[in-house]
Amino acid sequence: MNNYNTKTLVIDDSVYETGLTKKYLSRKTYKPVDHKRVNAFIPGLIQKVFVKVGDKVKAGDGLLILEAMKMQNIVNAPVAGIIRVVPNEGILVKKNELLVNIE
Amino acid sequence: MSLKQKLLDLFKRIEKAQTGGGTKAIEKQVAMGKMPARERITTLLDRDSFHEYDLFVEHKCADFDMDKKKLPADGVITGTGSIAGHPIGIFAQDFTVAGGSLGLMHARKITKIMDHSIKMGIPLIGINDSGGARIQEGVNSLAGYGEIFYRNTMASGVIPQISVILGPCAGGAVYSPALTDFVFVVDKISKMFITGPEVIKTVLGEEISMEDLGGARVHTEITGNAHFFAESEQECFQQIKKLVSFIPWNNKKKADPLPPRPPKSNYNVENIIPLDPKKPYDIRDVIKSICDDSDFFEIQKSWAANIVIGFARLNGETIGIVGNQPLVLAGVLDVDSSDKAARFIRYCDAFNIPLVTLVDLPGYLPGIDQEHAGVIRHGAKILYAYSEATVPKITVILRKAYGGGYIAMCSRHLGADFVFAWPSAEIAVMGPEGAANIIFKAEITGADDPDEMRKQKVLEYTEKFANPYIAAANGHVDSIINPSETREFLIHAITVSANKSEVRAFRKHGIPPF
Repeated sequence: MNNYNTKTLVIDDSVYETGLTKKYLSRKTYKPVDHKRVNAFIPGLIQKVFVKVGDKVKAGDGLLILEAMKMQNIVNAPVAGIIRVVPNEGILVKKNELLVNIE
Repeated sequence: MSLKQKLLDLFKRIEKAQTGGGTKAIEKQVAMGKMPARERITTLLDRDSFHEYDLFVEHKCADFDMDKKKLPADGVITGTGSIAGHPIGIFAQDFTVAGGSLGLMHARKITKIMDHSIKMGIPLIGINDSGGARIQEGVNSLAGYGEIFYRNTMASGVIPQISVILGPCAGGAVYSPALTDFVFVVDKISKMFITGPEVIKTVLGEEISMEDLGGARVHTEITGNAHFFAESEQECFQQIKKLVSFIPWNNKKKADPLPPRPPKSNYNVENIIPLDPKKPYDIRDVIKSICDDSDFFEIQKSWAANIVIGFARLNGETIGIVGNQPLVLAGVLDVDSSDKAARFIRYCDAFNIPLVTLVDLPGYLPGIDQEHAGVIRHGAKILYAYSEATVPKITVILRKAYGGGYIAMCSRHLGADFVFAWPSAEIAVMGPEGAANIIFKAEITGADDPDEMRKQKVLEYTEKFANPYIAAANGHVDSIINPSETREFLIHAITVSANKSEVRAFRKHGIPPF
């Protein structure tokens, strides 16, 4: 068990001397969801883009088709606003990559 | 033909079937660092105890020219034998025969030995080494998997089921081991995943090696799918033999006792625990100071190490031990440690193994990641498992037992039969620092020297509440004991619990927070 470096962990204001696990140390810090940034929920291909920079969109409007796992997923606008960033058609995107920015 | 000629013919047939995929394929298997399937069985079981069945079973597939292919024993060896005299049902997939692929008859051989084992009330060991479904057999091969999963579920809690992963075990095939009680893996040999690296690459564009995706270390350290990790097949077989020595043949029996042995003298219970509840120590040293021969057989050692589970003996009888590990994350309960402990508690309850719980924890792990990972749902499993268990439940509170963590760790309130506490125990709603900061908030913030006031109030709270006597005054704790008497108290408690019976309301089954 010596592979755990002794660190500290605070619980209810008490400071415990203890080892920390890899999983604990690599836990993701929470980021609130920013609805203005539409990210790829899955890696895939931008098959078609319905909007261009400067377009006004309503919440629920179709933005683009993200093809992944043989499915054509229509990505909709989560909020209303003006389109600031759009991807090119035919490019491959990674998971969580920014697709569209709505202002 | 005379009988002698018939016998010679039989021997020839046996020899042919037993060579499996042939000497070349066996050489290839050995070159991969793997033992041939039949050798695995004979190495694991008692010498000359293995009796094989269904050696002459043949597949019936006629598609894709399969009717021209002979697959000896259809790629799986089944039979019965013994481990240290315990009867055992066993099957081992033979990778040298069509990659150990699972066709309908292959599966039927497995389900037959499973049915046998359930009827005879003996443990079943499955050695998995298979490329997966036999594609040529199509939906029949899927049927085969389904029939195995169904029996795994029917056998669950009736006979011990042990899975040994000694090769690939991918796709649907992984769900048979996942449904069994204990999964053994060997470094660089075991591979388990639902979708392999190639599919992941084509579909998601992410690259990963088989080892990093589902190797033995991944399943022992990250996923918790495996219970025992070994460097070699030989070491793995030793672990299986040891496990079998601790568990009963079936759910109607108790595990065989061994002659009682005292703990080794180099584990002195009084020297292990620092009195300051914020300082760490290894809970396994406490376990070794209590159990027979200081022999603790730990399960899932490298996963969710903030809780320790495993088998040991007290006065010769098998017990299951659950203990918080102050050495890791201060011994908190979290998503993984709750899952780990809950499943083990249910195992012990199903197989008549008394539970001993050693408590020293500050509570549940705080954090957004924990909340979002469902620590409510997962943490509830441990409450459910302890409350539901009817085997003797004995709890020893060593040091801190705060808040929800106190309740969860087999407290009196969840039906513990005996609750003992050491004089060092602190049974309270939370640690003194946190409690003082809340209760005396006005005094602390209003004082000329808040830090000094805080110190004073923490001390005040510690003196008044950080002890086992309030819980004892309410009957939540039965006895405050001298740590050096722990073993004796436990042995006595288990002895008087030998005929424990608890009547529960009829139900088809409960609905645990899976």
